[in-house]
Amino acid sequence: MTDESRAIRFILNDRTVTLDDVGPTTTLLDYLRLSRRLTGTKEGCAEGDCGACTVLVGRLAGDELVYEGVNACIRFVGSLHATHVVTVEHLAAKDGALHPVQQALVDYHGSQCGFCTPGFVMSLYGLWLSKDRPGRADIEKALQGNLCRCTGYEPIVRAAEAVGAARPDAVFDPILSMRDRVRTELKTIKTGETIVIGEGQRLVVPGSVAALAEVLENHPQATIVAGSTDVGLWVTKQMRQLSPVVFINGLDALQEITETPDGLTLGAGVTYSAAYPTLARLYPAFGRLIDRIGGDQVRNMGTIGGNVANGSPIGDTPPALIALGARLTLRSAKGTRVLPLEEFFIQYGRQDRQPGEFVESLFIPAAKPEDHFAVYKISKRRDEDISALCGAFHLTLDAQGKVATLRIAFGGMAGTPKRAAQAEAAMIGRTWNEETVALGQAALAGDYQPLTDWRASAAYRSLTAANLLTRFLLETTGQAAELTRFTGAA
Amino acid sequence: MDATAFEDKTTAPLSAPMHAARRHDSAHKHVAGSADYIDDMPEPAGTLHAALGMTDRAHAQILSMDFTDVEKAPGVVCVLTARDMPHSNDISPSHLDDEPVLADGLVQFHGQPAFAVIAETREQARRAARLAKIVYRDLPHVIDPADAIEQSAPLVTKPLTLKRGEAEAALDQSPRTLKGRMRIGGQEHFYLESHIAFAIPGEDDDVTVWSSTQHPSEVQHMVSHVLGVPSHAVTVQVRRMGGGFGGKETQGNQFAALAAVAAKKLNRPVKFRPDRDEDMTATGKRHDFVVDYEVGFDADGHILAVKANYAARCGFSSDLSGPVTDRALFHADNAYFYPHVLLTSQPLKTNTVSNTAYRGFGGPQGMVGGERMIEEVAYALGLDPLEVRKRNFYGEPGSGRDLTPYHQEVEDNIIARLVDELERDADYQARRKAILAFNETSRVIRKGIALTPVKFGISFTMTAFNQAGALVHVYQDGSIHLNHGGTEMGQGLYTKVAQVIADCFQVDLERVKITATTTGKVPNTSATAASSGSDLNGMAAFNAARQIKERLIAFAAERWQTTPDAIRFVPNHVEIGTERIPFPELVKLAYFARVHLSAAGFYKTPKIHWNRETGRGMPFYYFAYGASCSEVSIDTLTGEYMVDRVDVLHDVGRSLNPAIDIGQVEGAFVQGMGWLTTEELWWDDKGRLRTHAPSTYKIPLASDRPKIFNVKLADWSENRQPTIGRSKAVGEPPFMLPISVLEALSMAVASVDGYRQCPKLDAPATPERVLMAVERLKRG
Repeated sequence: MTDESRAIRFILNDRTVTLDDVGPTTTLLDYLRLSRRLTGTKEGCAEGDCGACTVLVGRLAGDELVYEGVNACIRFVGSLHATHVVTVEHLAAKDGALHPVQQALVDYHGSQCGFCTPGFVMSLYGLWLSKDRPGRADIEKALQGNLCRCTGYEPIVRAAEAVGAARPDAVFDPILSMRDRVRTELKTIKTGETIVIGEGQRLVVPGSVAALAEVLENHPQATIVAGSTDVGLWVTKQMRQLSPVVFINGLDALQEITETPDGLTLGAGVTYSAAYPTLARLYPAFGRLIDRIGGDQVRNMGTIGGNVANGSPIGDTPPALIALGARLTLRSAKGTRVLPLEEFFIQYGRQDRQPGEFVESLFIPAAKPEDHFAVYKISKRRDEDISALCGAFHLTLDAQGKVATLRIAFGGMAGTPKRAAQAEAAMIGRTWNEETVALGQAALAGDYQPLTDWRASAAYRSLTAANLLTRFLLETTGQAAELTRFTGAA
Repeated sequence: MDATAFEDKTTAPLSAPMHAARRHDSAHKHVAGSADYIDDMPEPAGTLHAALGMTDRAHAQILSMDFTDVEKAPGVVCVLTARDMPHSNDISPSHLDDEPVLADGLVQFHGQPAFAVIAETREQARRAARLAKIVYRDLPHVIDPADAIEQSAPLVTKPLTLKRGEAEAALDQSPRTLKGRMRIGGQEHFYLESHIAFAIPGEDDDVTVWSSTQHPSEVQHMVSHVLGVPSHAVTVQVRRMGGGFGGKETQGNQFAALAAVAAKKLNRPVKFRPDRDEDMTATGKRHDFVVDYEVGFDADGHILAVKANYAARCGFSSDLSGPVTDRALFHADNAYFYPHVLLTSQPLKTNTVSNTAYRGFGGPQGMVGGERMIEEVAYALGLDPLEVRKRNFYGEPGSGRDLTPYHQEVEDNIIARLVDELERDADYQARRKAILAFNETSRVIRKGIALTPVKFGISFTMTAFNQAGALVHVYQDGSIHLNHGGTEMGQGLYTKVAQVIADCFQVDLERVKITATTTGKVPNTSATAASSGSDLNGMAAFNAARQIKERLIAFAAERWQTTPDAIRFVPNHVEIGTERIPFPELVKLAYFARVHLSAAGFYKTPKIHWNRETGRGMPFYYFAYGASCSEVSIDTLTGEYMVDRVDVLHDVGRSLNPAIDIGQVEGAFVQGMGWLTTEELWWDDKGRLRTHAPSTYKIPLASDRPKIFNVKLADWSENRQPTIGRSKAVGEPPFMLPISVLEALSMAVASVDGYRQCPKLDAPATPERVLMAVERLKRG
């Protein structure tokens, strides 16, 4: 490492902050509440599920300044270099006049106990900035990461509709008014230097992918943090002490999305939100799945690379990626290697990632227009819940209507996201109909012996997995029968 | 107070602001992020932080606890155990001496706190709390209520029997009978602000505790009991809670007591804010129930006799389980007359956290059981459940069908009118027909619709709790300071009571300052619970304001040499004969004439009485009513579902504030719907609660609320009792409206078998339970 800095810098509301002594796992929420006494941002769960701590983080995406809602409770301060953090205290005008989003919540009786309210304000403000005249589907999606226990949400949604429908022309807006200044300043801050804070390099923000590889070579046991939607909980819930921690969310090179005739390459640092438009266009079912991963705050932070790298047995995206035949590129200082995604997951809690390696990118082969691809997530609550099981199906039929190729992968059915090899074998070469599906369903029992836990019983998982094959058959034969809340939803 | 004086007021046309839709008094601060919750208050220098030391056995003797590593950990100041409680280690709200502050040698549920760590920072305290070495000797544990029934587990408190007529004989003589069992899950409150207490030591024995509690007086009494100091030494304050829902009625005692003990011991301020997981593990929830029922009925669906046992998972201690299980029995009839009835409660002791108050306080579980019986009768006879409901409604007074199982007459019955109006407005019959047709041809997706009533009794069944106090000061500038014993947890109580005061003096609401509830201003208050907040505190505050107003009238009459009836309070002014002066001016004149401008108010609910031994009395001052109609769709391949439309017609009497009341109805509906659908508490075989955070415990989201959600207040309703402004309580009654969601799901399930069997869908009806019920019915 040549160019090194000893401090991270970001803009907090209207002031630039320089921190040269911050812990590797100090959360943004603790920093705001304890160090800055900005107590409008609340802690409701400390695990990124309730949204009471929602703040906006602005970052440069190319030349664009993008503001996204994030969970301050599981966001580490070390990940904020060259960003603009906006808290609820920044919204009202200097004379105390409320922002229209705040005023609408007051006018529509959108707060009762008020504890979740600052989080709702920030989520709705994020929506207000990004979408004109949002519909109910947009509003519900924007609020997937915010829990309210008092209102039943109806007045909050009404407030969001009203403020979205009638945007006053001359509103003082704290973000829009300082946009140019922020853009210029963030460009100045973002020098591409590597930042190292603390003895023994407790906190590292590498300035380039090469610098990242070098850091990991020197510290193979370092914890790599992209979105911290998983690692955040190691700290807040398990109280693990991590060091060194390497923050990769600022590496533009890991955030590239490349589309070629052969397929799609997603850099490991691409967030769910960033991947969404492309994935939803190429694989609409994948888009609908992403809509149901976490809330907006989690999708704005969490990365598909991180989702793969952490090897959860549920694995939000791996079943879909495996069914699509995705390949993983791992990189280290020694070079890169590529492997099919399903081979990466060895067993529960163990992945094929060598010390010093990091996930660099994912490649998803292009699907043909005649391919059938579906992914079904089953959870206790429809949105912002972890799958009880998730099944992905990728089917091609030959000219006779027989199964030419079929890839099935499930999450939540075994210790890792796993292909249904026996079910696939039972159906390949047969006419795609109920009889064939019945064979596949019978074979699934050999593929998976799921567990009973708080999300579902083994019996429910097995039965539903089999039924999802029926759903897939119906969908591919023009009898789609999935519940949808909004037809043609955003 | 003088009831006739109040009568005059309420029958006269009232000007705003009472009965007007007014925003929550803190709404502006809520959205600005400037409303202070206890954790937001500036910390005095030297503030320490506490963390719970939790056990990891469901039932065990503690053989030893080694705190060597805890005490060596950075920042640790001290460790507290049961032995460090200066006077008593007990905080049993039922005074049965069965609830230790900290486990003393015996662990009775997984996670039960056995010690507390006090450290310089919260993080240091939390880290250190994990370093204790505890040696246990395991004892057998009982977790599940059905197992507890099977094993005839001990009871945490005396059970209740309600009996009218001869149920056994009537069952024998009934043309048809059926028996069944229903399991009803518990519920985590999931207030967004978890428990917190902040104790600041004072001189002598004094300590001030800021506590997120619905019951400051009880916190005061518990803290003084644990410390062994008089109640006058302990002041408990709360400005607002980030939600309560019953979860902060007794459950804050532990945190307050520990913070106070540490603060006095160390002579430093101590803040105690558990993490969400600790809060969910260590504090009580809604009781799970197992209801065993037997119903006798005729061919037309008239219920002839009901016999039911309501067994509840109470956890390791009594807490409020006695009154909770009582209230379950009080609501097993819902809106229906049972000619012969025998109801028993069984408050079971289990090795789980002690269950506690939760919105509805057992009433919802009682009612869900009652509605299951109706549903069973309807399916047995092939009738629309709504038809069976109507045939069994309580009749008019004097009809011979107006007596509850606890021998109280139902005098204010409006359920038939409510249900008829809703049935018409929601177009129930046509929609039901359309759904039956849809289900005939739809292979995977099935629909259901249900219309269910609610009748909920208002008053604490413990008669003594139906009292309240208030304190009102009018200052020389005409500004008004309002304080009362009720607490603000988001329900808008402060706003409503301020409206009462503003109305009484005919001044702008802004003139009334709402101040934090404190035991130092209004003593011996009841919990803000049982939906009674505005009934009790509104009346107490009115009583206080009225005293001052009468003094002002007397003063004005004397000064202007006129009679009191010539003096009228009009908006922000007082008219004395033909003269009209601003309110503050009159106040100033009164001050210089040495008129006492402060008053303490008091109220106690009249008429009510209850004898638990005989099971007879009038436990409720009045009933609140409501009805809802829900339509749902289910996926018969996965059990997933959606709530497509809900129509509600609810009775709040003459609403004190329709905006707040509609908010209460909508919020209660969604919260109740969560209880009956996705909110599942799940314990593993070691007795560990594994759903202890929002990642695993799923309360409704915006996208779960009914897609079409029409909520109306029955604007024609007036409380027949002279309550404040003829309003009715609103906190709990609407919580039971979403029973129609459960039953609509049930109908959709029943369609797979041509509605021949009652699906007996237990709660919560998770997608898994829905699918398994579909499978059960398909198998026949």
